[in-house]
Amino acid sequence: MPLHTPAKRHGDGRAAVGNVGRPPVGWAVPGILFFAVFAIVPLAIAVYLSFCDWDGLDSPTLTGLDNWTRLFKDSEFGQAAWLSLLLTTISWAFQTPVALLLGVWAAGRQRSRAVLSAIFFIPLLLSTTAIAMLFHALLDPNFGVIKEIGPWIGIDPNVMGSSTGALLVVAFVGGWQFMPFHTLIYQGGARQIPEVLYQAASIDGAGMVRQFFHITLPQLRHTMTTSSVLMIVGSLTYFDTVLIMTKGGPGTDTTILPYLMYRTGFQSYDLGYAAAIATALVVVATSLSLILVRFSGFGSMRSTREGM
Amino acid sequence: MSTDTRPAAPRHTSPVVPPRPGPSRRRRRLGNPLAGLGSLVWLVLVLVPLYTLVSASLMRQDEALDGDPLALPTDPTFDNYDTVLNSGFLTLLANTAIVAVATVALVLVLCVPVAYVAVRTRSRLSSLAFRTFLLGVAIPAQAVIVPLYLLIGRMGLYDTLYAIILPTAAFSMPVAVLVLSGTMRDVSEEMYEAMSLDGASPFRMLWQLAVPLSKAGISTVAIFSALQAWNGFLFPLILTQSEENRVLTLGLFTFMTQFGVNIPAVLAAIVLSVVPIFAVYLVARRALVNGLMGVGGK
Repeated sequence: MPLHTPAKRHGDGRAAVGNVGRPPVGWAVPGILFFAVFAIVPLAIAVYLSFCDWDGLDSPTLTGLDNWTRLFKDSEFGQAAWLSLLLTTISWAFQTPVALLLGVWAAGRQRSRAVLSAIFFIPLLLSTTAIAMLFHALLDPNFGVIKEIGPWIGIDPNVMGSSTGALLVVAFVGGWQFMPFHTLIYQGGARQIPEVLYQAASIDGAGMVRQFFHITLPQLRHTMTTSSVLMIVGSLTYFDTVLIMTKGGPGTDTTILPYLMYRTGFQSYDLGYAAAIATALVVVATSLSLILVRFSGFGSMRSTREGM
Repeated sequence: MSTDTRPAAPRHTSPVVPPRPGPSRRRRRLGNPLAGLGSLVWLVLVLVPLYTLVSASLMRQDEALDGDPLALPTDPTFDNYDTVLNSGFLTLLANTAIVAVATVALVLVLCVPVAYVAVRTRSRLSSLAFRTFLLGVAIPAQAVIVPLYLLIGRMGLYDTLYAIILPTAAFSMPVAVLVLSGTMRDVSEEMYEAMSLDGASPFRMLWQLAVPLSKAGISTVAIFSALQAWNGFLFPLILTQSEENRVLTLGLFTFMTQFGVNIPAVLAAIVLSVVPIFAVYLVARRALVNGLMGVGGK
């Protein structure tokens, strides 16, 4: 950001140009306060409530570490944490290659690709609720498309009745919804790769596959981090899909952390314990994102244009 | 996300510029066989559910249950749509529209000054605020729903549309600030200088320079927060209760139990809920797509 250069260039005018016309910091206060009240403070209250017993009616009462000791012994919580991680991993492994390929492909400016991209975009217009309900209907063994097509493509019509099947369906439905978004991210990233790199590589005799692995992929690493962080935070929170499609079942085999929190808090009205689960969810989500950011060197501000 | 050091200039301005002449050779070749085939497979996966959604919503219940769900309806009927429209659908639509408009207004009014300050001042306070918003991207709404339930209750806002608008706006703010400061950063220092030599106040610079030149970012933010409001489910589910304050997503969910096995009616409700957004998509596809691309790219 060239904030300092003009002042230097104008010598004597420095004071005038440098400070006149700078907005008062106070302008940011309403926005910051608003965000604090509805996002930061609640986060702090969540931590506080995790040390309380609260049924949603009376005032919360402090109970010390009760919720937390219970959390670490609770096998349901353990299962939910495991399922959340599993679902996140599956979603990431499903969405990243597909979105990457589709995005790079759609970065071409041919008419046919533009038309297909416009169609690919449609799922993004539907709400999670609508999509979950649509697939709930499609997979209903009585109504279903699954009754007709299922056997044909090797899917058991009663796929929602099996634990693995239900989890895979949730991952697929999440992918179906968010693929267009990540495709767009990769498309945007691919369009920014400088043409010269490919020209240079062609002159050096690198083929298409080598160009993809040695230019496209490395150039897209920031894009990949952005998209992965969004995927992880997103799929840790596939709450709507689970509530509508599986209600955490069969049994508790798709009860991921947010759904466990919802059930504990708003069906059993054990809101203190629900707050502990929610706090654990934030810790998991933030640390996963931070690890990823560190691991990919995204935080070190290295530019993909280094040495150019 | 904005720790990215790439120059951010072309992304938001390029939509207006016509596509560069002729796709280059490498783009034509790149990933062609594999990605081309893959994209066809994905096309089928996208179209089959959407086709069934529309066609089965035009069927009578017995036809949908007994017949081949992939066939065209033999005797198309709009009865299912009647059923939905007579079940209070228009109230849902009106509530959702109010929530979306209010959310967008609130987000823009609050975030434009924040982004402007973040870009135009160098104080420690403003960079701290900026970092806070950056971290806010990673806070999942589920994490704060229990305290919000407490907070909204204490504020006396439980079961009002405010209970949906306020948190939805707050959770759209991190992305909004990031996108807006990204675009505002591209406004050149020389223009500010020129205006300040003319004696313009900071407010005039914001209103007559930064805002008009950040139109792309502003429309991105408007689209993003409108979609958040339109599609949000958790806040309405937990923070509202009565039928008069019900929004579309929650309404769909109640239709699902209300209509039960009448799947065509459920599908008709889904179709109706998408129609407004689909209309916007047809009219302003470019803005919508670029808008969402902007969210990811920053």
